[in-house]
Amino acid sequence: MTPPPTARPALWPHLLLVPVTVATLYPVLYVIKLAFSGTGGVSASPWPFPTAASLDAFAAVVQRTDADGRWIFGAQFGNSLVVATAATAIGITLSCSAAYAFARFDFPGRRFGMIAFLATQMFPGILTMIPLYVLMQRLGLLDSMLGLALVYSTTSVPFCTWTLKGWFDTLPKELEESARIDGATRLQVFTRIILPLSAPAVAVTALFSFMTAWNEFVLAYTFLSDEAAWTLPVQIRAFVGDKDVQWALFASSSLIASLPVIALFYALEKHLVGGLTAGGVKG
Amino acid sequence: MATVELEDLEKRYGDVHVVRRLNLRVAHGEFVVLVGASGCGKSTTLRMVAGLDSVTAGTIRIGDRVVNEVSPRDRDIAMVFQSYALYPHMTVRENMAFGLQLRQTPAAEIDKRVRAAATMLGLTDLLGRKPAALSGGQRQRVAMGRAVVREPQVFLFDEPLSNLDAKLRVQMRLEIARLHRRLGATMVYVTHDQVEAMTLADRIAVMHEGLLQQCAPPAEVYGRPANTYVATFIGSPAMNLWPVTATRDADGLCLRGNGLDVHLDAAAAERVRAAIEALPQDGAGGREVTLGVRPEDVDVAAIGDAVLAVDVVEPLGAETIVYGQFDGHEPARAHGRDPPTLQRHEGPAIVRVAPSTQMRAGDKVPVRLRRDRLHVFDVHGLRLAHADGPP
Repeated sequence: MTPPPTARPALWPHLLLVPVTVATLYPVLYVIKLAFSGTGGVSASPWPFPTAASLDAFAAVVQRTDADGRWIFGAQFGNSLVVATAATAIGITLSCSAAYAFARFDFPGRRFGMIAFLATQMFPGILTMIPLYVLMQRLGLLDSMLGLALVYSTTSVPFCTWTLKGWFDTLPKELEESARIDGATRLQVFTRIILPLSAPAVAVTALFSFMTAWNEFVLAYTFLSDEAAWTLPVQIRAFVGDKDVQWALFASSSLIASLPVIALFYALEKHLVGGLTAGGVKG
Repeated sequence: MATVELEDLEKRYGDVHVVRRLNLRVAHGEFVVLVGASGCGKSTTLRMVAGLDSVTAGTIRIGDRVVNEVSPRDRDIAMVFQSYALYPHMTVRENMAFGLQLRQTPAAEIDKRVRAAATMLGLTDLLGRKPAALSGGQRQRVAMGRAVVREPQVFLFDEPLSNLDAKLRVQMRLEIARLHRRLGATMVYVTHDQVEAMTLADRIAVMHEGLLQQCAPPAEVYGRPANTYVATFIGSPAMNLWPVTATRDADGLCLRGNGLDVHLDAAAAERVRAAIEALPQDGAGGREVTLGVRPEDVDVAAIGDAVLAVDVVEPLGAETIVYGQFDGHEPARAHGRDPPTLQRHEGPAIVRVAPSTQMRAGDKVPVRLRRDRLHVFDVHGLRLAHADGPP
């Protein structure tokens, strides 16, 4: 009997992937290097690994105060947290109910509604900036966390609705029918059967919504003028001035700003894996 | 418990007529099985009774109440689905208690009923498990338990055993039969499996293309099918149907055609004559009819009504099924116009014999049809007479 041929891993995928990986990691590594290089000035060397281990830049960012002595980092971190959380909560609430309606009910305008939601994703976000600014101004919501949260949630609703509709479509209708026969109202079916079964999809969608709001810069920069009302991305951008660029503060604040998203990702990891794979097969 | 009455029930989806003028009354405590091929409207009928599908026309009454516009939760019914429809995020106990919790039943009462149902269905050890940790049979038992704890007026079953393997299906069939005996509840059960229908039902309602073909106890549906569709749908192997010409002779009636030459004596002929004589005559004075005989009502005999050319022999252990054609068989003879809802059997002649009977492919065997077991249908497939009694 001839022994089976030994499988040798092909070399060419590695040759392709190594440079791609390096190109992906290089900017991240460079930011880490800048963040740990201290506040005394940065090296222009292209070497991406830290040559120092100073936490001065982190301390400078975290301890920043404004002219009135207010703890500005705390205020801005809080702003980002409030805006991203509120935008996620509003967006998920709206998109869950909208997606369920699109998935399960047959009503006039259903198809048009879905296409309209999709169409909003086809235009660049900047296109809506001026109308949104005018709207926010008239509503007195400029420099307001609520205003920004509303803007973020409305822009994320179409994507979230499509994602969640895709999930709801995979849930067997018999579960709902069974619950209705068991005595549940439509609302009880939604809250007690559909939502608990949709935890993975809701987790993915919530993470997306939170990340989008947490990282958003252009709208925040446009709508927020008071430094104490800024979110973290606006502050990070502010470290890069026209005359003075504070690279170490820029890099360290970027790393600090990414920590909550990383924490959230790990907290939802279990659901995320389920959410990203579920629906691929009908079980 | 309650009665279920369907009166002139109709269901259309656009131009598609799924259920047509269905009239059916399920008595208090009765077990009625709706049976038919896929797409015959049986599941749609059940879903209309459950309130999951709207009614196009007609009336559904549960007990004394017309429920056409009543929501499923207020119909006081329970339904067991083919796919089990257990809530995956709840344990067996929570699944069974869900309906009672929604009705704000006291916790002690919920616990009592769940325990009683679990004991009855052998689920006591599984109460803490989630559906994913159960086998198919266990899941189906949980689905039944969920229905039982509610103590509804009517139980509805929508092909509950179709997802189970053959052995488990037999086991669960017995469980359902026991459940009905124990609860004495009104049950409506949908299946395409005639064995389930025959073994479980007090009455079988055979449906085809949205029309109720016959509703009767299993023995009657099998022994006196209302038309050729029922004759071929109920019974496995299916009833043999042969187009023949009926003519009177001096001492009785002759049924000839397709290689058959069946002579009925005066006594046997008398039972079918009146019905046959109402049919139009052909030019030679004969009348076109369809003769039906179940495979077990054909005997191997020294002097036969036909000679069977054996094609295939299937020994099944307890019995042997023989397939063949009669000498002189005329394939697919045009025989009047069939209405679209009825069908004519044009397959081989099928004979069920004892396993000891020696037969091989290629043999030519004389066979005789049992005179007291003949079924006669008109050219439209409707029952005319049964040789052992009035039509």
